[in-house]
Amino acid sequence: MSEPTIAVAGLSFVYPDGTAALHDINLHIHPGERIALLGPNGAGKTTLILHMNGIHLPQQGTVNVSGLPLTRDTVMEIRRRVGVVFQDPDDQLFMPTVWEDVAFGPQNLGLEGAALDARIHTALAAVEVADLADRPPNHLSFGQKRRVAIAGVLAMEPEILVFDEPTSNLDPATRRELSGILRGLDLTQLIVTHDLPYALELCERSVIIDRGRIVADGATRLLLGDGDLLRSHRLELPYGFDTSLVG
Amino acid sequence: MGTGHVHALYRHGDSSLHRLPPHLKVVAAFGLVFAIVATPREAIWAFAAYAVLLGVLATVGRLGVRFVASRMMIEIPFLIVALMLPLLGRGERIDVLGLSLSVSGLWSMWNILAKATLGLLTSVVLAGTTQIPDLLRAFDTLRVPRVITSIMGFMFRYLDVVLGEFRTMRVAMQSRAYHPTWLGQIRPYAQTTGHIFIRSYERGERVYLAMASRGYAGHMPRRLGTRASTAAWAAGLAVPAAAWAVAAIAWVVR
Repeated sequence: MSEPTIAVAGLSFVYPDGTAALHDINLHIHPGERIALLGPNGAGKTTLILHMNGIHLPQQGTVNVSGLPLTRDTVMEIRRRVGVVFQDPDDQLFMPTVWEDVAFGPQNLGLEGAALDARIHTALAAVEVADLADRPPNHLSFGQKRRVAIAGVLAMEPEILVFDEPTSNLDPATRRELSGILRGLDLTQLIVTHDLPYALELCERSVIIDRGRIVADGATRLLLGDGDLLRSHRLELPYGFDTSLVG
Repeated sequence: MGTGHVHALYRHGDSSLHRLPPHLKVVAAFGLVFAIVATPREAIWAFAAYAVLLGVLATVGRLGVRFVASRMMIEIPFLIVALMLPLLGRGERIDVLGLSLSVSGLWSMWNILAKATLGLLTSVVLAGTTQIPDLLRAFDTLRVPRVITSIMGFMFRYLDVVLGEFRTMRVAMQSRAYHPTWLGQIRPYAQTTGHIFIRSYERGERVYLAMASRGYAGHMPRRLGTRASTAAWAAGLAVPAAAWAVAAIAWVVR
């Protein structure tokens, strides 16, 4: 089998206040996969993704990104390889214009001049917002902000894209447009969500995490068809959902 | 939440003043303000000349009287303080409309009034013809310390976000039948401000995480603007040069 893009082994993490956030996490994500990470609020989803790009370093266990172990020395390279799109785009778009925001990451990697321009143009075009380059982020719609936030991460040319609740606060049309964009990106993806139909639509495989432990890992259709499993981990399909799609 | 396509201080347009490279406008504005401040207060004609110069610039920038006047309102509290000076000043006094006013206080008032008004007018013309991101880039081009331009950039970026949060909280208070009287509104608004402070602090932490995730290692990238042509420099520097000439004459004929 190919080298996993993400290989997490025996990962445990306790916050300084004593809260155990992750316990013995084992997870492999292979190149080209699009995986959903499901779990109720407070399950440890965000803590896990903050380990994938080195915001947190492992206290116990290991995190490898395309074979490179996460350590204090490899943090910068790991952050280039793992692009995280955070939940609130206002947290992620901190520069005065869209162009400058998308340029932020590549500039930190040392890009400049024509190479930088080309990188930014490609990233903006991939999410269809090239016309917004000169706009200040505060004058964009929420859906546009979400796209620009993705462009800012794409400009780093990561090996895996991690989305933290990508559909939160999106109207149905924008949510559908976003799924088109995610499908169109030729990249390994990890989508952290509690939007179960979205996971079903986009991801063949899902991982359920609860109370810091991985409790299920398998085909999304099968996991979402297991009512007892969902109920026991405070996950629910929306009212009126066509259950013939799962199980 | 948003406040329209452009910032409130900016007037969308395509005048020659709008097109001038931003860092050049900043240099010209600073030069002009220095000339105004350096002019002796007794040279009333010189301040009239600056006012005419700024009037011409505002006209070239197609800013409009209403736009400029509404943005000058911020000066009013300072003017009130300045108006007190003739009453509080010491030394020789004269009677004006039955009021005994200090002569040196009157000169001080005039000095503050003229210089503050003209200085503010300069910044209104600058901000009215230059988008804020361009201004920030101009400061970077002029090698203003990056930490200062970064703070200014974050302030600009998050001002609307924080004001939006404040508006949402105010609507939430009003939706629960909170109809403030002038004095009664102070306490809940103070509490709201405290909440917004905490929220902003937490947002700051999240923004830092997002920055670190994209390779931030303690240094913000410098944003350089376009280079200005010699002709643009000549046009831009003509304004402060004229002002410095006026200031010099004012000192000579004093």
